[in-house]
Amino acid sequence: MSRENVLVSAAWSEENLQTPGVVFAEVDEDTTAYEGGHIPGAVKIDWKNELQDPIRRDFVDREGFEKLLSAKGISNDDQVILYGGNNNWFAAYAYWYFKLYGHTNVKLLDGGRKKWELDGRPLDKEEVTRAATSYQAQEQDLSIRAFRDEVVDAIGNKNLVDVRSPDEFSGKLLAPAHLPQEQAQRGGHIPSAVNVPWSKAANEDGTFKSDEELREIYAEAGFDGSRKTIAYCRIGERSSHTWFALRELLGHEDVKNYDGSWTEYGSLVGVPIELGSGKEA
Amino acid sequence: MTNGCGAPAQGGTIESDTTETVLEGKVLNEGTPVGGAFVRLLDSTGEFTAEVVSSPEGDFRFFAAPGTWTVRALHRTGNGQADVSASGPGVHAVEIAVA
Repeated sequence: MSRENVLVSAAWSEENLQTPGVVFAEVDEDTTAYEGGHIPGAVKIDWKNELQDPIRRDFVDREGFEKLLSAKGISNDDQVILYGGNNNWFAAYAYWYFKLYGHTNVKLLDGGRKKWELDGRPLDKEEVTRAATSYQAQEQDLSIRAFRDEVVDAIGNKNLVDVRSPDEFSGKLLAPAHLPQEQAQRGGHIPSAVNVPWSKAANEDGTFKSDEELREIYAEAGFDGSRKTIAYCRIGERSSHTWFALRELLGHEDVKNYDGSWTEYGSLVGVPIELGSGKEA
Repeated sequence: MTNGCGAPAQGGTIESDTTETVLEGKVLNEGTPVGGAFVRLLDSTGEFTAEVVSSPEGDFRFFAAPGTWTVRALHRTGNGQADVSASGPGVHAVEIAVA
C-alpha cells in the first residue's frame, strides 16, 4: 500500500477543491466546527446522527448508507476526501466505514482540520448542495470489522492493539482526559494487548508520521507483523486512526477494527481483564 | 447510544468541590483570548494525553489525574506552553501565552 493511494496533503486539497469527481466531506461527532466554517465545497457527515443507528448500537445498514450518500450527492465513482477535527479520528472512522461498505476510492486529508487551520487555509460558511445520486453500497466487508467473540478468542494469539492513553490502558482513567470520567464499565484492558496510544502515530500538527517512524513505534511496542491484528479503543474511532496506520499506510493485511471496543468489552460478564501497564504480566 | 470520544465545546464552569482533577484556563496572546487554538495535554514525560480546541473566549479544560502536566497550545498565530501541578481533586488554573 502506498501512502499516495490513501492520503492527500492539505496543499493538494486546496488545489483540487473544484476538481470534478472529487468530493470533500467533513466528519465529526460535534458538527459545530463545520457550521462555523468548512473547507469550501465540503459536505458534512454527522458521525453520531448519520453513521450510527438511532436505536441499536450498530451502524446504519447498507440501505441506510446508500440513502445517506445519495442524499449527500456522492456517487460510486467519486473520489471522496475525508477530513475532520479531533486529529481526524472521526474522518478515519468514516474512511474505515466507507471501506466497510465497499467504497474503494476514498482518501484522508493528512492532518485534517487542524493542519488546514494551522496553515491558515480558507474556510467558508457557504451552504453546500450537491445533486442527489443513486449510490449503491456493497455488503459489509467483515474482514476489517471485529466482533466481541472474535476478540476474546484473539487473546494471546493475535496482536491486540489498545490505542487508548496509558492511564486508560492501566485502568486509572475510563475515558480520555478531555471528558468527565463517570462510566459504568470496569477499567483495564484486554489481556495480552499492547498499548500503543493512537497519538504515537501522529505528529503535533495532526499529520501521520512517516512509514519508517510508524514501523519503529509498533515494533518497539511488541507488535508482531506475522500475526493477525485487532485494534480497539473506547468506542472505535481512535482505533480507526491506528487501523489506518497499520493497514493502509504500513500494508499489514489482516487488520480489523473492533468498534465495540472498551465500552463493550469492559461491560461483558465473565471476560478476563488485565490491569496495570501489562508489561510485567 | 454511546457517545464518542470527541472533545466537547470548551467553556462554562465546574463546581470548585468537584471530585475530578480539573486543569483549566485560557489561551492568551498579549492578554487577548485566543479561540480556536489546539490545546494539548502532555504528561510529565512529555507524552500526549488529550487535546481540545479553545472556545472563542480562549477557554480550555481537561479532566486529568493528580500529577505534573504540561499544556501546549498551537495556533496559526503562534504556539506556547505552560506547566501545571495538580496535587489532588479540584480546579487547577493555568494560562498559556502564545506568540
